[in-house]
Amino acid sequence: MTQTPVADDQRSATRAAATVRYPALALTERNVVFFRSGGAYWWLALVGLAEATAYLLGMGWGVGSLVGPVTLPDGTSVPYAAFVAPALLATAAMDTALAESVVSFFGKLRFARIYVPILNTPLRPMDVAVGELVWTLARVLLFAVSFVAVMLTLGLVRPSAVPLVLPACLLVGLAFGAVGMVVATALRSWQDFDLVGAVQFTLFMFSGTFVPVSTYPGWLQWVVELSPLYHGIELVRPLALGTASAATLGHAAVLVAVAGVGFVLAARRMHRTMYS
Amino acid sequence: MPHPPAVRATGLVKTYGTSTVVDGIDFEIHPGEFVGFLGPNGAGKSTTMRMIGSVTRRSGGDLAVLGLDPSTDGPAVRSRLGVCPQDDLLDIELSSLQNLTTYARYFGISRTESRSRALELLDYMSLSDRAQDRVASLSGGMRRRLTIARALVNRPDVVLLDEPTTGLDPQARHLVWERLYALRDSGTTVVLTTHFMDEAEQLCDRLLVVDKGTVVASGAPRELIDRYASSEVVEVRLTHGRPAEWAARLDGLGERTEVLPDRVLVYAQDGDAVAAALERLGLDVSSVLVRRSSLEDVFLRLTGRALVEA
Repeated sequence: MTQTPVADDQRSATRAAATVRYPALALTERNVVFFRSGGAYWWLALVGLAEATAYLLGMGWGVGSLVGPVTLPDGTSVPYAAFVAPALLATAAMDTALAESVVSFFGKLRFARIYVPILNTPLRPMDVAVGELVWTLARVLLFAVSFVAVMLTLGLVRPSAVPLVLPACLLVGLAFGAVGMVVATALRSWQDFDLVGAVQFTLFMFSGTFVPVSTYPGWLQWVVELSPLYHGIELVRPLALGTASAATLGHAAVLVAVAGVGFVLAARRMHRTMYS
Repeated sequence: MPHPPAVRATGLVKTYGTSTVVDGIDFEIHPGEFVGFLGPNGAGKSTTMRMIGSVTRRSGGDLAVLGLDPSTDGPAVRSRLGVCPQDDLLDIELSSLQNLTTYARYFGISRTESRSRALELLDYMSLSDRAQDRVASLSGGMRRRLTIARALVNRPDVVLLDEPTTGLDPQARHLVWERLYALRDSGTTVVLTTHFMDEAEQLCDRLLVVDKGTVVASGAPRELIDRYASSEVVEVRLTHGRPAEWAARLDGLGERTEVLPDRVLVYAQDGDAVAAALERLGLDVSSVLVRRSSLEDVFLRLTGRALVEA
């Protein structure tokens, strides 16, 4: 009656050991399958859009009406809403990247434990890391596109800046995605997320988000340099305002370095936790 | 071209820190064989399976799976294995069908082919009507069948099953066995671990009895019984006293006695003769049971304790 769907000798003899061309992308695809079948994710995207709008209106126009235009280090003066919007965009890229790479990843690693059977396939821990990172970037891009759409609607960014602003957001997402995975492998329980949240909020408040860092006292400026989000904001903001300089490239380089170190550490830690 | 062994281990060792979990075991598994690792929890069965599955590195010795070294050719080895882990670990965020299709994609199987294999396997495992359901809504037996289906999605040359029926109720267990029989008949090489005697005896062509990280005996189930146990066993219970106190009085009745907490086993070629002789001793016997020897007796003989401790 039922035929056993298993290789017979003929078939296994003619079939060489299958090589998977893009193993990491098979994992990304798993997330896409879940994304498309679960309604909750769409709500998340909608909530994100609403959040972006609320932030831009509240901070930009609300607070902006009180503080007036901001003078940039190069002397140009911009409305407060246009000054703060790119920083909120960079922060949103960070938040999205961390939500995937810390929260979701931790859940899949420690609770659903979906990577254990996946490692019985040709995929290696490195492929899992790359696959999750690609997925994180897709999420960041999705969020950034809707955020930028709101900015365009409100006239907070020129259309010509968009092709540079979006890749900049991806770079911020890459850096935080890689660091987030390192953090996720180090977390012990859900309680530790309070700590992650606190750090995230501190970065949000003190990375030159709301005021130019040049207004901070000297010692604090040094501390701010350690914040990857600061470099993210200093990358996205000049690109959005059309005031990019050589310094902007420097900030991009810092993010590339953070992403690189984070990825190597994440892959190494995953290799250790997954292959015992 | 002669078939090389599907798996060959020589002096295989696995240590974690100072504890040795697998202590220099040797075995060969031939293509098409259905081999069982039989042993108590902590004997090193699962660790051996993980080394074959190339997800745990060996600490010493040699290991070849399908002619490849799992520590250097991991992805190539794994592409030809089907693994059914002890605790299912299905993707709880996905449906039954999605569990199979996404898993097939990890092996580089095309989308259309993944889908057709997944549907075929769901049908084979009698799960077609649950294809769209989330894994969380499936019973334990269904989940285990889905896990076995997942292990077959790449049409593996060797299937590794780690305690395939642990935790299942008798009905679910028999349904899984039925499928494993079919798998055996299809000529697939299967390696399973178990601590169930009946499972080992009924399913496996050959058994490797493991204890404390070493192989203490190997052979076909019947062969092991013939070699390590007499053909019959008499189980004796007395009304009074602990077996340890009166066991000595049964010496000489059979070839050998084994003292258990609640009874004494007397091994003999002719169990009825022992029962008759026992009657002549005039002990206050509460029950006497004559039965054929089983694998449990083999294990008791080899390790001095029962396999499944209550």
